Amino acid sequence: MVRTGWGDRIFDIIVNLLLAALALVSLVPILAVVAASVTPYSEVLKHGGIVLFPRQFTFDAYRQLWSYPRMMNAFKVTVYITAIGTILNLLLTALMAYPLSRTYLPGRKIIMSVLVITMYFYPGIIPRYWIVKTTGLINSIWAMIIPSLISTFNLMILVSYLQTLPSELFESARIDGAGEFRIMWEIALPLAKPAIMVIGLLFSVGQWNSYLQPLFYVPNRDLWPLQPVIREILRATDALEPDPTLTVPTVTMQMATIVFSSVPILVIYPFVQRHFTKGLLLGAIKG
Amino acid sequence: MTVAEKSIEAKATAVKRVVGLIWHHRTLYLMLLPGIAWYVVYNYFPMYGLSIAFKDFKIGLGIAGSEWATPIYANFQRLFSSPRFPIVIRNTVLISLYRIGYGTLASLLIALLLNETRHYWYRRIVQTLNFAPFFLSWVVVYGIFLGLFSQQTGFISRWVRQFGGTMPPLLQSVSHFRSVLIGSAVWKNAGYGAVIYLAAMSGLDPSLYEAARVDGASRLQLIWHITLPGIRGIIILLLILNIGSLLMAGFEQVFVFYNVRVYDVADIIDTWIYRMGLERLDFTVSTAMGLFRAAIGSLMMIGANALAKHWGEGSSLW
Repeated sequence: MVRTGWGDRIFDIIVNLLLAALALVSLVPILAVVAASVTPYSEVLKHGGIVLFPRQFTFDAYRQLWSYPRMMNAFKVTVYITAIGTILNLLLTALMAYPLSRTYLPGRKIIMSVLVITMYFYPGIIPRYWIVKTTGLINSIWAMIIPSLISTFNLMILVSYLQTLPSELFESARIDGAGEFRIMWEIALPLAKPAIMVIGLLFSVGQWNSYLQPLFYVPNRDLWPLQPVIREILRATDALEPDPTLTVPTVTMQMATIVFSSVPILVIYPFVQRHFTKGLLLGAIKG
Repeated sequence: MTVAEKSIEAKATAVKRVVGLIWHHRTLYLMLLPGIAWYVVYNYFPMYGLSIAFKDFKIGLGIAGSEWATPIYANFQRLFSSPRFPIVIRNTVLISLYRIGYGTLASLLIALLLNETRHYWYRRIVQTLNFAPFFLSWVVVYGIFLGLFSQQTGFISRWVRQFGGTMPPLLQSVSHFRSVLIGSAVWKNAGYGAVIYLAAMSGLDPSLYEAARVDGASRLQLIWHITLPGIRGIIILLLILNIGSLLMAGFEQVFVFYNVRVYDVADIIDTWIYRMGLERLDFTVSTAMGLFRAAIGSLMMIGANALAKHWGEGSSLW
């Protein structure tokens, strides 16, 4: 019934070629960086720059990173603020989302609008800095966790997801004598697992990539997580101008640090990508 | 009973009813309590902190202890008469507009291509790769940029040199810096932006396509006459909402990428507030800028929402 003429076939080929180009545009920069981090300096000099497929490999840069206390310390801080931050975030988000998803809760609309306003009225960093200082968080690891503990966007995703669950489930539990807390813990949250996964992942990626918060609120560099430390390493030296304390050339070190810091995300990413896509749509449909 | 007594009694029963209702739902309110407390401290107290904009603020005296500025709008006078002010506003708006324009085009194109391929596995691989940069931090994207475009060692710079050209110092160049910002933002976020368009496309009625095919429409005609009109609502909605946040030009990215040499084209509201406030410790003028942005920004957001309600085919933000 449907004709597949030459025009269609050419169209298909063009589409698939463009898609291949698209995939390469996303992939090649990442590959080039990975390649640069394992290329011996002699190769870099010989080719006059980074090559995609070096003939020789060396893991010197990674070995050096491993024994670089500042980097390892930053890694630990990042893991800490990501783990603790995500747990606390999920706890608080779930505790708020369940009551806000109950349409019979008096005052629900008012509370919701009070929360949503904060998404669109942004007082800027100076009043934020002032409150972080007033609450005594400056120069503590909690300055990278508490001020951004709840994401209103994520909260709204969970609220709308909980609202889509059939209310009969909740009703029958209530008839059996379960209180609100038990209903939340034993029925609502287990059913909302897909949404909780998504917001947990989104939040933990945000924490892992946290850059501005430590920079603003934590002058003590020993407490810095990976991102600001890497930024300093990227900025500190001009490429090709070797740092006398390091035996590996700067550019190789720089590329190794960014690979090192992104590996956890890129390793987990393919397995969770589907959830992300779903979660974004949850948010979008709500919006 | 007099009228007064009656009304007092009515009030009393009303209060009793409200207290009773709250008591009845006490578990739910208790659950909300920690979160609400957090919102009050970290989102609503800063709004009080905005009053610094109207004060002759002295750090030692705190906000309440500091005198009001004379005249009360003195800090705004200082802000508006600053020679940097028009430059910063222009940069913010320009960077935002470019970002919205190119970002939307790229996401749409990606979604259209993904939607057109018939091989599901191929589509999934491309989408996975294309979506990945979204999860990298701006610092890492900056590092990748150096790996590609750094003059001496960059991967792409090497190719340019081999073909006899020279790579300009992109990050230091006033004429290239904005393109660097937009290009890297598109690279990082376009795949993410495509997800929503793609979902909207997959929701279109397949019988429309079949009917058009029977009538002899080509694939390009299908895109032009069915796919694009079908997702027009969501395109307009997202565009309007993006325009609503025009004064947010991507603080973190600009902050990671910029340097003194490109301040004239790269300095945006947030970077200026940061330098004035946290580096030079001029809290009053930087808070005034923050308040100015918050006021204009929320007006624009309200306007955008009204527009979205009007044109976005029924969907809006609140």
